[in-house]
Amino acid sequence: MDRRLVLAAALGLAAAAALPARAQEVAKIGLILPMTGPFASTGKQIEAAVKLFQARNGDTAGGRKVQVILKDDGGTADVTKRLAQELIVNDKVVAIAGFGLTPLALAAAPLATQAKVPAIVMAAATSTVTEASPFVVRTSFTLAQVTVPMAEWAARDGIRKVVTLVSDYGPGIDAEKAFTEVFTKAGGTVENLRVPLRNPDFSPFLQRAADAKPDAVFVFTPSGVGAQFMKQFVERGLDKGGIRLISTGDVVDDDILNDMGDAALGVVSTHHYSAAHDSAENKAFVEAFRKAAGFRPNFMAVGGWDGMQALYAGLDATKGQGGQALVDAIKGTTWTSPRGLLTIDGATRDVVQSVYVRKVERKDGELWNVEFGSSPAVKDPVKAAKAP
Amino acid sequence: MLTILFDGIAYGMLLFVLACGLSVTLGLMNFVNLAHGAFAMAGGYATALLMNRAGLPFLLTLPFAFGLPALAGLVLERILYRPLYGRPHLDQVLFSIGLVFMAVSGTDWALGSGQQFIRLPAWLQGRAEVLGVPVGLYRSFIIVVCGVLVVALQLVLSRTRFGSRLRASVDDPRVARGLGIDVGRIFALTFAVGSGLAGLGGALGAEILGLDPTFPLKIMIYVLIVVTVGGTSSIAGPFLAALLLGVADVAGKYYVPSLGAFVIYAVMIAILVLRPQGLFARAR
Repeated sequence: MDRRLVLAAALGLAAAAALPARAQEVAKIGLILPMTGPFASTGKQIEAAVKLFQARNGDTAGGRKVQVILKDDGGTADVTKRLAQELIVNDKVVAIAGFGLTPLALAAAPLATQAKVPAIVMAAATSTVTEASPFVVRTSFTLAQVTVPMAEWAARDGIRKVVTLVSDYGPGIDAEKAFTEVFTKAGGTVENLRVPLRNPDFSPFLQRAADAKPDAVFVFTPSGVGAQFMKQFVERGLDKGGIRLISTGDVVDDDILNDMGDAALGVVSTHHYSAAHDSAENKAFVEAFRKAAGFRPNFMAVGGWDGMQALYAGLDATKGQGGQALVDAIKGTTWTSPRGLLTIDGATRDVVQSVYVRKVERKDGELWNVEFGSSPAVKDPVKAAKAP
Repeated sequence: MLTILFDGIAYGMLLFVLACGLSVTLGLMNFVNLAHGAFAMAGGYATALLMNRAGLPFLLTLPFAFGLPALAGLVLERILYRPLYGRPHLDQVLFSIGLVFMAVSGTDWALGSGQQFIRLPAWLQGRAEVLGVPVGLYRSFIIVVCGVLVVALQLVLSRTRFGSRLRASVDDPRVARGLGIDVGRIFALTFAVGSGLAGLGGALGAEILGLDPTFPLKIMIYVLIVVTVGGTSSIAGPFLAALLLGVADVAGKYYVPSLGAFVIYAVMIAILVLRPQGLFARAR
């Protein structure tokens, strides 16, 4: 009888001692990315950036060892949801992160709400993503955020008439709306064309754009398709007809810019990150990234890098706690990223950042998006318009 | 207006080269080969890799874009397709769609999921004025190449001994075999040529349609529409169907961009309602 009591007491003590110790061991982060399929380049960029971040900043934050678990969703929303559930329930992660496309982020958002697990969106760019759950934090950009400066720049630069040409899906429509609204308010005229997402040939749309005789064509397409578009733009002689090509930075993605050839030269775009950004942080980042991964970082990589930055900053502040505390700790944080100064908006949990105007130029035998103007501290205009 | 017509014809020609191999296997050999697009992709990748890695000029890669898929077609016909000739169509569909998925993932794994880029030689870039109509040089090149192919195919099928043997083997394989025609060999050769043509179409189309591992799935629908609308009894049927659909697609996207993507399907439905056996097929 006595012995049993002693034994039970000893066991209880041991358990009590072990509990906090186990909690301090590892903070797991579930990273869900499309590593295969048509969006694999997004996954590869972000994975490389996350690895580089841990290599340079160590693998402890808030006194806990940070372990990243990488899962491949192949760009399919139901797989993202299943993986998020597994990571939350089985692996007990403190946060989930990644999400290459808007539908993937939207699929995981309800789980983040239910389980009170922060979801760090490193890529998906539709405005509504952060409204899907109070646990979503975004470190990439929103399409409207990078489009509005383009419309403002075009109006300032003497462009009066624009044909917009966007891929017919969520982000494309976001871009079309944002551009049209700002540009017509500035006194310009806009004609809208939407191209089916699975479109084999741009020629009829380009011909229509050419016949409208605008000062510029504004284009948004997913990044791989943009290269094809640009070649046909030049082939059709629109550039020689005095029509300028303006776009968001997705079209002149750093990842494939060099493969586009001279057709891309002179394209003006607005985006939150260019690998040619002139700062000490960025030079170090690009050099280390190229050495480690073997290719140039693009805006996806920087989204992944800053996602880790946000998580580390949050974990440091909460001493390794997850859940609501972690989201609250990340809200309102500011840091200097390779892309420049970055703030997580305390109210919307969305990213506030500078948006740069860039032009494609050849430097040292490679094509780069060289920045020549910027709008500081741009908020997502869609949510800013909704705010009271 | 004329530019639209020109673009439509170039696009139609491209569709024809991609589809004619399928119309041969489907119409003449009565085999449903949905993996046809995979051979087209093989041709496209042959050109892209030879240009970008081996540094061959564009024109020199085209024979490889024809030859490598043709060779692959010959080998696969022998080891994979032949046992399925006698099987029901559903088996053939399941088998060949499986091949497509294997080709898509295999390419993704081996060469990455990104777009492959082809840099055309300078003399094929830009555009020229012909009779006051500005036309793209590369599209003119496609029209010329495909035009020559169409004439050659038609001549081979109607004027040569091989053509008459092929037609005989298709009309009645048993009698043809009885007359001493090696039906198996003729089918194998036809299959190889069809695959080669698809490869050539893939190589020529890479610049216009884009080239990534999902290429076979992207073009499958268009190719099937061409074959369905054209009927499968001759070369002329799919050829005219491809031209019609190419022009309709381009014109539809130009004049009614909001409905653009659906015009091609509307045309297909209209034609099939009027002529369920295809444009030029004999009624059965």
